[in-house]
Amino acid sequence: MIYKGAEAEICLSEYMGKKVIQKERITKSYRIKEIDSYLISYRTKEEAKLISEARSHGVSVPILYDIDLEEGIITMEYLQGKRIKDILNNLEEKERKHICNKIGESIAKLHNHDLIHGDITTSNMILLDDRIHLIDFGLGSKTSEIEAKGVDLHVLMEAFESTHSKYPKCFEYVLEGYKKEYHGDTSLVTKKIADIVKRGRYR
Amino acid sequence: MICLGIEGTAHSIGVGIIQDVNKTCTVRSNLIKTYKPEKGGIHPREAANHHANYIADLIYESIKKAHIDFSDIDLVSFSQGPGLGPCLRTAATAARALALSLERPIMGVNHCVAHLEIGRGTIHRCKDPVLLYVSGANTQVIAFAEGKYRVFGETLDIGIGNCLDKFGRFMDMEFPSGPKIEKLAEKGKKYLELPYSIKGMDIAFSGLLTAAEHYVEKKERLEDICYSIQETTFAALTEVTERAIAHTEKNEVLLGGGVASNKRLRDMVKTMAEERGASFFVPKKDVCIDNGAMIAWLGYLMYDSGSRMNIEDTSIDQRFRTDMVDVTWRE
Repeated sequence: MIYKGAEAEICLSEYMGKKVIQKERITKSYRIKEIDSYLISYRTKEEAKLISEARSHGVSVPILYDIDLEEGIITMEYLQGKRIKDILNNLEEKERKHICNKIGESIAKLHNHDLIHGDITTSNMILLDDRIHLIDFGLGSKTSEIEAKGVDLHVLMEAFESTHSKYPKCFEYVLEGYKKEYHGDTSLVTKKIADIVKRGRYR
Repeated sequence: MICLGIEGTAHSIGVGIIQDVNKTCTVRSNLIKTYKPEKGGIHPREAANHHANYIADLIYESIKKAHIDFSDIDLVSFSQGPGLGPCLRTAATAARALALSLERPIMGVNHCVAHLEIGRGTIHRCKDPVLLYVSGANTQVIAFAEGKYRVFGETLDIGIGNCLDKFGRFMDMEFPSGPKIEKLAEKGKKYLELPYSIKGMDIAFSGLLTAAEHYVEKKERLEDICYSIQETTFAALTEVTERAIAHTEKNEVLLGGGVASNKRLRDMVKTMAEERGASFFVPKKDVCIDNGAMIAWLGYLMYDSGSRMNIEDTSIDQRFRTDMVDVTWRE
């Protein structure tokens, strides 16, 4: 096992002679069986669907090899890169801007096809070969609602505020990249983000 | 140092006196009076009237119970926010009057941060927890990161306590409805599917509330509905807490707020903590619910680390956010 997340364990494994990642959703004994098995199989299925769709639209994501709904296991490509969370604070401002622009472009490509990641944080991005790979679509969904796109970006904004607070321009850079790539009207999305911020309690 | 704290953010008015003994918190007295509406939820003005009626007596009683004199008080602190305006103003007015008449310094503190600090102050092994703070109005997952208390997840609509109370009101239960729902849920057997809404690390309850009301109209057993509400909302709360632990890489979980009294919620969070190899803490009941001692303790921490306030700085802030607090007392 190389990582234990909140809901899944990430294991290194081998598949047809290749080094691969197995993401296994773990049964949680704190919740009743009905909720547990529903969440595990539903999220596994949704995640696999979203990853393969994202890939077909040119977003860098891991290649899928196998899916087991009963056990909640997705077998996928092993990306030997660096987590953005770990490197973003240690970059030159220019490089940070470049990375954040690219993050924005990737998110826009998803949103162009109504794909919502659901948990865009810098822990869920891997830099490899100058490409941002998005991982963990476990809370994703597919919808054309501006609201969902706004929430998607708002999650990232909060992640920047909590983990990269010394570099307040990151989110601005993301929006720059987003604007460049997004087919719809970006101002509708940014307006939505402002709405969501205001809606947050005690703002 | 001895500090008297006044809590008055919502339906409770509390006065607590604490003393620091080698930087840990000794609670000398902690008295709470709770306003109970005859019908419906909290009426802010009536709650404030209730607080105004009791505050003077509570202060006298708490001094007596702590076996001290007024002259022994070194600092007066109060809940500056977030909360209901009229209630906050009542508590703040009492604190100002007390501080001015005793000629002692005054300190306004953030209510949510106080819930976390009282855990660290009164539980020896609790050093750097992720707090799941669950009350009527508030539902937040809070942890210390990069010099501040940050909110890693929170409700996008209503607090969990408010969700339970609203369902209770729909069923003509008395306020607060949590305990009644907990009792009924113990007899529930059948799980009725309810929306499980998590967005990133945030959470939402209003859709679930509507769906639960539909089950009432469909004449499902009330015990089963209560059971399903608890299982669904608490599982989601436990999940966002676990996400915050994973994200911040901490290994302590602390519960706080009124809903932390619910045994099922405690069990779920405890199980989650055990499975992750994290420690699980719940403060004693009187310092876990809204209370004056936690306000006093945070006031002491701020004062001790060099924060000072003039009377002009003590205006209340109904929307006082957790991450607005300048954390001077932690590294």
